[in-house]
Amino acid sequence: MSTSLRNNGAVALALLAAVLLTLGLGLALLWAPEDADQGSSQRIFYIHVPVALTAYACFGWAAWKAFRLLWKGDERADLESYTAVHMGVIFGVLTLITGSIWAKISWGVWWTWSERQLVLFLILFLFYSAYFMLRYSTEPGPRRARTSAVYALFGAVLLPVSFLAIRLADQLLHPSPIFTRDGPQMSASMFFSFCVCLAGMLALAAALYTIELTGKRADANLRELRERLA
Amino acid sequence: MSTGDRYLAAAYLVLFGAVLLYVALIALKLSRIERELAELARLTRERSGG
Repeated sequence: MSTSLRNNGAVALALLAAVLLTLGLGLALLWAPEDADQGSSQRIFYIHVPVALTAYACFGWAAWKAFRLLWKGDERADLESYTAVHMGVIFGVLTLITGSIWAKISWGVWWTWSERQLVLFLILFLFYSAYFMLRYSTEPGPRRARTSAVYALFGAVLLPVSFLAIRLADQLLHPSPIFTRDGPQMSASMFFSFCVCLAGMLALAAALYTIELTGKRADANLRELRERLA
Repeated sequence: MSTGDRYLAAAYLVLFGAVLLYVALIALKLSRIERELAELARLTRERSGG
């Protein structure tokens, strides 16, 4: 894909994210009914859960690109996988911060080690944070690309474990799943607001991914030019 | 404003702040790339005697 096409895509995605997030947060704050148990503080749900699901999506995308690199030998996939991990870690930090704020209101503590969902997400986050140490401890080249790809792909094993932890555990402080076999576990207006927020967050992640990837590619091209001119 | 409302505002501000920080970092990166490109263009001109 050419740089100008990619930039146009980033602009379109950024605009889509702005529209969807403004609409979604407006719906969440003004239209969706207040939760009977938690009151207005439950509205953190409309950013915390979409941010967490977006982090999973970024890590999943990184694993897919890593798989493509290992399977097809697609060299561009290395930078794409790296950028997706980068985005996933950013959304992971936001998940931990917004989750901590929600925990403080609901449970009175910023963090609890007895919650499997929280601990598993932290493990996933730390696992992908260590990706950068691995990547920058080896010289750039095919070996680094393959090692990073194997690591990113291995992280995909943790994704379903972390995602399903809330469904596998019985007694939890953490709220129950929002979607089960019986459908959404909330009112239609709440679920609609959540879906708009989720779509907006995914569009934001896609826009940031495209911008970051363009920047990283420009950096790589500059480095190559500098080496040739040296 | 209740305590719950304050925490809610904090959570939304975290998200907004993160996006703003990201935009600032991208702006810094863009200006660095622009500087380096100008330097490379100057080097190329000097070498071609232009």
